[in-house]
Amino acid sequence: MTQLSASNPTANYYASGKLPGYMTGILLLLSLVISWGMFTFFRPADPEYTVNLAVVAVVAVIVFGVVHYVASRVVEGPRKAVDRTVTLLVTLAFAIAMIPLLSLVHTVVNLGVARFDLDFFTLSMRNVVGAGGGAAHAMMGTVIMTLLATVISVPVGLLASIYLVEYGEGKRLARLITFFVDVMTGIPSIVAGLFAYSLFSLILGPGTRVGIAGAAALSVLMIPIVVRSSEEMLRLVPNELREASYALGVPKWLTIVKVVLPTALAGITTGVMLAVARVMGETAPLLIAAGFTNDFNFNPFSDRMQSLPNFVYYSYIAQGSVPEAYLDRAWAGALALILIVMVLNLAARLITNIFAPKYGR
Amino acid sequence: MSQSAKPRPGTLTAKQRPADRIFSGSARGAGITILITLAAVSAFLLVEGYPALVTPPEEISILDNQSFVVYVTPLVFGTLWAAALALLMALPVSIGIALFISHYAPRKIAVLLGYAVDLLAAVPSVVYGLWGGVILAPGIRPLYMWFEENLGFLPFFAGPTSGTGRTILTAAIVLAVMVLPIITAVSREVFLQTPRLYEEAALALGATRWEMVRSVVLPVGRGGIISAAMLGLGRALGETLAVAMVLSATGVITFNLISSTNPSTIAANVALSFPEAYGLNINVLIASGLILFAITLVVNSIARWVINLRKDFSGAN
Repeated sequence: MTQLSASNPTANYYASGKLPGYMTGILLLLSLVISWGMFTFFRPADPEYTVNLAVVAVVAVIVFGVVHYVASRVVEGPRKAVDRTVTLLVTLAFAIAMIPLLSLVHTVVNLGVARFDLDFFTLSMRNVVGAGGGAAHAMMGTVIMTLLATVISVPVGLLASIYLVEYGEGKRLARLITFFVDVMTGIPSIVAGLFAYSLFSLILGPGTRVGIAGAAALSVLMIPIVVRSSEEMLRLVPNELREASYALGVPKWLTIVKVVLPTALAGITTGVMLAVARVMGETAPLLIAAGFTNDFNFNPFSDRMQSLPNFVYYSYIAQGSVPEAYLDRAWAGALALILIVMVLNLAARLITNIFAPKYGR
Repeated sequence: MSQSAKPRPGTLTAKQRPADRIFSGSARGAGITILITLAAVSAFLLVEGYPALVTPPEEISILDNQSFVVYVTPLVFGTLWAAALALLMALPVSIGIALFISHYAPRKIAVLLGYAVDLLAAVPSVVYGLWGGVILAPGIRPLYMWFEENLGFLPFFAGPTSGTGRTILTAAIVLAVMVLPIITAVSREVFLQTPRLYEEAALALGATRWEMVRSVVLPVGRGGIISAAMLGLGRALGETLAVAMVLSATGVITFNLISSTNPSTIAANVALSFPEAYGLNINVLIASGLILFAITLVVNSIARWVINLRKDFSGAN
C-alpha cells in the first residue's frame, strides 16, 4: 500500500500502510452501535419484545470481526488482516471461558448469602422440613472423611514418590508405577466410589455405607495427585545436597529424611493442599460409598456420613415441600464449598510463591 | 531435574544398614501398594459386576426384562456422545486460551490470566451441576428455540425444544467448561516449551504473529494438544454430578441435541440409581461402572502413551 505514502510525501513512512491504533476502538464502537441499532429499529411490532443484550453483544462481535478484517485487508493487506482476525479469535476464546466463571461466581455469591448464616454452620438437618436447618453435620463429615483420606494418602503417596525419585531410577517397577499413577489420575470418581463400596460390602456385608468407605474412595483419587506433585518437588532438590550429605557419611535414608524432604517440604505441602482441595469437592464417590444422612455422625466406622458436596446435591435433587428453602440451602452449601476450595488453592499458591525455588518462565 | 540420583557405573555401593532396608522397603512397598490398589479396583468391580452378567434379566428389576446389553447400550452411547460434544466445544476454545496466555497476552498479566483459568478447575463439580441446572439450562433455552426455528432441518436440532432446557447439549456445555482448564493447562505448557529461537527465526523472516504460531508453535505442540484432548476426554467421560444434575434423561439413543428425550451417561445413571438400588440392581450398576472404567482406562492410556512418546517437548510431565 505504498501509493498512500507516495501520494502524501510528508506522511510518516513507518506508520503508513498500517491501521492506526485508535482504529480498533472506533471500529468496535461502530460495531456496537450498528448491532444495537439493528435490534432497536428493526424490532418486531410485538410490544412485549425487549432487546436481548447478549444477542446484541454477539452480533456486535461478529460485525466487528468482519469490519476489522475488511479494514485491515484494504489498508494492510491480507496477511496482516488474517493475523488481526486470529488475535481477535484468541482473545475471544479467553473471554468466552471467563463468562461461565464470572456467571458462576456471581450466582453462587448472590444466591448463597441468603442462608449463609450462623444456623447454617451450627445446625444439622435433623427433623427439618422446609426452611431452617443447616449443614454443620455435612461439614463435619467432609472434614472427617477428608482428614482420613489425607492420613491414608499422604504416607503412601509420599513414600511412593520417594521410591520413584530416590530408589527406582531406571527400574522397571518405577516405570510401571509412573505409568499406572498417570492412569490412576484418570479414574472416574464414581468408579472409585463403586470400588470402595464393593470393598466394604465384601468385608462388612452388603449395603454397607460408612464414612471410612468414603475416605477410601477419596484416597484412590488423592494418592495419584500426591505422588505426581511430590515426585516433581523431590526431583527439584539439587543433587549437590544429597552428595554433600553422603560425603559426611550420612546413610541414604537419613539423607532423605533430614535433607531431601525438608528442602522439598514447601512444594510437597502445596501439592497435598491442592489434592485436599480437589477431593473435598468430590461428590460422586461419597454418594456411593458413604451415603447420606440428616444427622451428625462422628464415627466413620458405623452408619452413613453426610458431606458438604452431597448436602448440596441432595438439597437440589430432592427439593422438599418448600423448594426455595432447599435451593437456598444448596446455594449456601455451594458458596461454603467454593470458599473452602478457593482458600485452600490460594494458600497453596501462596506457599509456592513464598518458599519455592525460583526458576525460568 | 535430570541431575537427580542416577547411579553411575563403577560407583561403590553404600553399606546397607537395617534402617536403610526398612526405609527403602517401605518406599518400595508404597509404590507396590498403588499397583495393588489399581488391580484391586478392577478386581472388585469384576467380582461385583459379574453376577449382573450371568443372572437372567427377569430376576433384575432395573433391567426391565431386557438383557444387560440393551440396558447399557444407550448409556455407553450417551457417555461417548456427551463427552465428544464437550470436547468438540472445549478443544478450539482451549487452544485459543492457551495461545492467548502463552503468546498473545502481555507477559505481566499472562500469569494472572492463567490463574483465572485454573480457578475454573478448582470449582467442585457439584457446583457446576447446580449452576448448570438452575442458571444455564433456563438461560440457554431461547438459543435452542432459535436453533429449532432456523436449523431445524438438521437432525441435531429437530426439536421439539425441551421445556426446561435440560438437554444433552446443556450437559455437554457444562462438561466443556469443566474440561477446558485441563486441556488449556497442558497445551499452554507445551506451547511455552516451543524453542525461542524457532519463534524468533520465523518472526525475523517476516512472518506475522499468526504465521509464526501456525508454522512453529502448533507443529511443535501437536503431540501435546492430542494428549491434552485425550485427558480432557477422559475427564468428560467420567464426570458424574454435573451431568446427573443438568440432564433430564430418558434412556434412548438419539442425536437430537435440544429435545426433552436424551440419553443418560453411565456415571450419571449410577449416581441417580444407586441410592435406591438393592440386591442385583447394585451389581448391574457396578457392571456398568466397570465398562466406564475400561473406556477411560483405554483413553487415558493412549493419552499417556502419546505424552511419553514426546516427553522432551511435553510440559505435562
